[in-house]
Amino acid sequence: MSTETTTTPLVVPAPPGADLAVRVRGLRRYYGETRAVDGVDLDVVRGEVLALLGPNGAGKTTTTEILEGYRKRDAGDVMVLGVDPAHGDGHWRSRLGIVLQSASDLGDLTVEESVAHFAGYYPSPRDVGEVIESVGLAEKRRTRGFDLSGGQRRRLDVALGIIGGPELLFLDEPTTGFDPEARREFWELIRGLRGTGTTILLTTHYLDEAEVLADRVGVISRGRLIACDVPARLGGRDESLATVSWREGDEVRTEETHEPTRFVQELAGRHDGEVPALSVHRPSLEDVYLSLIGDDEEPAS
Amino acid sequence: MTTTTAPHTSSAPAPSPLSLGLRRVRIELKTFFRDRNSAVWNFLLPVLLLVIFGSVFGNQDLGPGITFAQYFVAGMIASGVLYTSFQNLAIAIPMERDDGTLKRLQGTPMPKVSYFIGKIGLVFVAYIAQVTILVVVGVVFYKLHLPSDPAKWFTFLWASVLGLISCTLLGIAFSVVPKNGKGASAVVSPIVLVLQFTSGVFFVFSQLPHWMQVFASFFPLKWLTQAMRSVFLPDSAASLEVAGSWELPACAAVLIAWCVGGLVLSLVFFRWNKRGQA
Repeated sequence: MSTETTTTPLVVPAPPGADLAVRVRGLRRYYGETRAVDGVDLDVVRGEVLALLGPNGAGKTTTTEILEGYRKRDAGDVMVLGVDPAHGDGHWRSRLGIVLQSASDLGDLTVEESVAHFAGYYPSPRDVGEVIESVGLAEKRRTRGFDLSGGQRRRLDVALGIIGGPELLFLDEPTTGFDPEARREFWELIRGLRGTGTTILLTTHYLDEAEVLADRVGVISRGRLIACDVPARLGGRDESLATVSWREGDEVRTEETHEPTRFVQELAGRHDGEVPALSVHRPSLEDVYLSLIGDDEEPAS
Repeated sequence: MTTTTAPHTSSAPAPSPLSLGLRRVRIELKTFFRDRNSAVWNFLLPVLLLVIFGSVFGNQDLGPGITFAQYFVAGMIASGVLYTSFQNLAIAIPMERDDGTLKRLQGTPMPKVSYFIGKIGLVFVAYIAQVTILVVVGVVFYKLHLPSDPAKWFTFLWASVLGLISCTLLGIAFSVVPKNGKGASAVVSPIVLVLQFTSGVFFVFSQLPHWMQVFASFFPLKWLTQAMRSVFLPDSAASLEVAGSWELPACAAVLIAWCVGGLVLSLVFFRWNKRGQA
């Protein structure tokens, strides 16, 4: 890893004294020789949306499934809403909402039947019609699961995840397979939930999704949390060099600088009028993410 | 899309496991009867078998006033127990493990016992529906005599209930055997067929080779068919049995033993997760 070269820590912990919905320390889960989760420390502050990014097989799903109480752990301390998930009871579950990766159940039931049925599991569920409306399935209320499109099925999953009025909602790759418009609508739904104070732990492959939705972004690679910060500062993004590029004659010139504004002013002074093909580029979340993952996968030098 | 309600933090009492179990029964029944495959397999096949066997062998007399059709209807009613409980659950539960039903339920506050109440309710309703169809077809087409003696109906009741409980538990336990939902019926159906062939459903039990009779007597279906014959055949037919009597105490004892065995097996082996996911 090349953390030595950065001045700020890559994993920025939650502020001390923050009200935590999730607190994980030293979480480990091994499957034979495979270290699926290899020492994850993670805080999720109440009321925030935290997005977990990471390549397939990095340990995102194993980590969230341990937090959800589905999987056992080999080591580490885990508290989810103040309870160890390994000993979570029905009351604890009623405070969680879980939207898993793909499922193909409930095909023979209508949207309304499914949502109304699951509402019955919770001590004080939300209004069935209102939840169906909020996920944009009002017109598909009487449609059976098998007849829903992929995106509509995913919304049904979310409806079932939020029907109990959860304090903490887990969303595992919720928008995989959505078209761009459906994703944007889905983001609005998540923003609305966040607005009501629901804490959300989201895993995703889409960096734009993380940037738009998340208060903080965590990057998991090879079973460890290698970076965690607000999207604008992730991986020292705010302190990294900006690249100014322009054209001189037939040649494209670039300059990396900490002071792009001053540099562009100078550049403008050297040119008569417009600087040809001028652009200022700061590393996108994707650039930062790829370099974090890349650094982690190369052996330390 | 709008969201208006804040998350609840109230401490309303959780719904009771029994009331959730009854909700599960309703949802199981809806799912079961809307799924054409399970409806066909569970309801049409036994009736179809009854019509075919009844038409081919129905008029063979097994004794004075006893036709093979009557013998066969009793066997099919006993098979109905096996179809609606063991076969139904040993196929449906692996499919639910595959399609995400079980994982989704596990993530809710629903107590696990409610899930099993739902399955038991489904099994009982499906069995009652199936037996009704078989009895009606038997009475109308194959001279099946409904007993007038209340003691016989009592036998019918305990045999049905003990058979359903033991085979439901065995179906729950066996649901871990198929590797996935798709292959489940290929694993389960042959077992049911073998039991039917060796337990006196398709053939007259006393005419089977001795080793086959011994084999079948380890399993519930042989005793269940025998108890059902005691209900639906005239008393004189007891002479057709291997022991020359209905052996009802033995029937009850074996079925009770399988209830206990099924409970132990299902507690030991049942899994919510797919293999390697925990």
